[in-house]
Amino acid sequence: MLHIVACIKQVPDTKIIKMNPKTNTMDRASAPAILNPYDAHAVEEAVRLKKRYGGTVSVLTMGPPPAVKAIKKCIEIGADEGYMISDRAFAGADTLATSYALTKAIEKISKIKSVDLIICGKMTIDGDTGQVGPGIARRLDMPPLTSVNKVKEINVEEGYAVVHRKLEDGYEVIQSTMPCLMSVEKEINEVPYSSMTNMLKAVRYQPIIWAVADLEDVERTQLGLKGSPTIVSKVWAPAKPSGGEMLEGDVSQQTEQLLNILLEKKELFAVKGGDGS
Amino acid sequence: MSFEDYHGIWVFIEVKDGEVVPVSLELLGAGRELADKRKTELAGVLIGENVTHLADSLFEFGADTVYVYDDAIFRDYRTESYMKALLECCQKYKPEVILYGATSTGKDLASAVATDLPTGLTADSTILDIEEDTGLLLASRPAFGGNIMATILCKKYRPQMATVRPKVMKALTPEPGRKGKLIEEKTSLKEEDIRTKVLEIVRQTTKKVKIDEADIIVAGGKGLGSPNGFKLIHELAETLGGAVGASRDVVEAGWIEHHHQVGQTGVTVTPKIYFAIGISGAIQHIVGMQNSGLIIAINNDPEAPIFQSSHYGIVGDAFEVVPLLIEQFKQVFNREAVDHV
Repeated sequence: MLHIVACIKQVPDTKIIKMNPKTNTMDRASAPAILNPYDAHAVEEAVRLKKRYGGTVSVLTMGPPPAVKAIKKCIEIGADEGYMISDRAFAGADTLATSYALTKAIEKISKIKSVDLIICGKMTIDGDTGQVGPGIARRLDMPPLTSVNKVKEINVEEGYAVVHRKLEDGYEVIQSTMPCLMSVEKEINEVPYSSMTNMLKAVRYQPIIWAVADLEDVERTQLGLKGSPTIVSKVWAPAKPSGGEMLEGDVSQQTEQLLNILLEKKELFAVKGGDGS
Repeated sequence: MSFEDYHGIWVFIEVKDGEVVPVSLELLGAGRELADKRKTELAGVLIGENVTHLADSLFEFGADTVYVYDDAIFRDYRTESYMKALLECCQKYKPEVILYGATSTGKDLASAVATDLPTGLTADSTILDIEEDTGLLLASRPAFGGNIMATILCKKYRPQMATVRPKVMKALTPEPGRKGKLIEEKTSLKEEDIRTKVLEIVRQTTKKVKIDEADIIVAGGKGLGSPNGFKLIHELAETLGGAVGASRDVVEAGWIEHHHQVGQTGVTVTPKIYFAIGISGAIQHIVGMQNSGLIIAINNDPEAPIFQSSHYGIVGDAFEVVPLLIEQFKQVFNREAVDHV
């Protein structure tokens, strides 16, 4: 039976977040906290593999107490168990310190039930790096499989997985030993509406929450801000370009001006279909 | 860790189908500037099978040294084999900085190497600089979902590493006959040490107009309201013979596939004409299209930041402006065509 751990994160919805123009910081109150959209696909894929091969799906997150809400969302999608590590010592972690903390949590989960497969989303929408997944894989000495857009086969008995890994202009088919870690693309699946049963389950569900003291063999110097090699030295809004010319007038006057601008470059349009190429 | 021992700016050279990919040459251009400022050498790390001959062109594009791992085990890119070669090379020669293209290969490799070294890694940088006296790398990138720029430092670890967006840096004009030092390394890796196999590589090049090669791109955003409204973008693109681009939120809403996404987490494009229709102009979008030849924005919000990054702007309803533009364009284009017969 497969035991799959999906790593997830609660993030501010960066699409609607407002920036404080004076301090150049995010006004977190301006945006709702959501389950990182890429992670929803990771959880969905884990649930689908569970349906295909049998097994259990656990989700894991690191975050402040309100992040329980993101775990509940994963229960709605179909996850069985939720684990959260939450401690002030984790605060300010960059990708290296984050992968360290999550690895310690996965080691603890493995003692409850050994882990065959870890699935992460491609990246988070607030960090935009995609570095945490491969980091966890290296720390656990598992092959990292990034940009996965299809899980073709999992063979639990023989201990291998075959996946499609997305490339800039196609994909490659990779066979890897298991356990392994996959970070998955958004296109790998569609997350359907949750069933009423799962939604009801999620309402009552309470995840297992661990603080640093609950984890084993933790080097505190590798956690949070202290354990993070990268620091943000400066945050700035790029100098605004002055902008160009606004085309005034009513709609037809506007489009006429625009048309004249385009016609100055008419050689670009002449190519189209001209020689049948 | 003594920083004194770490010297040189390195670029991971990515090879695809026997050729160096463009972003690696762009990074040699950017790396040359950093190396000159720091008065140190610029090196390429070339890994693959039958790749040694590619070193000559790397010297012409600015490399002083090329470290090469040429072995059948490196025929296909695999995280574990490439990572082990690069780690070994790092431990032996101790570079101060390593740059990678922010491609699927570059990002995959850099993430793994950073964890094992360990060191800090800045993802998807768009601006690079280095402090002349300390060698501190200043890697800047759009952050927090692309709403703002951030400069990331790695003060306590060496090497410092960054992945860099393709098409942001400029390759140097190659200097024919320029020579450098070729250092051939042997690997002790064996096939059985590697836990993954590439069974097959499938290239899909059937897309109508590839967005990163198009002369004209018509890109649409959330302002179009719905997938149905987005059809207007396809219509204009078809009329003009261009490719369709999209903002991040439109892709995330599932109106169009990811390979149409322009911006930090999508494609960087440099067409001759770029239309941004119903796109507000978040920094993460702007970094993906700001080097376009001519940028035309259409948006109903006069305050939309996109207007600051465009050459021409129209404040108006896309559903009025675009159909009229299509109609007028068709008329004029036909007339023009006839005039020339």
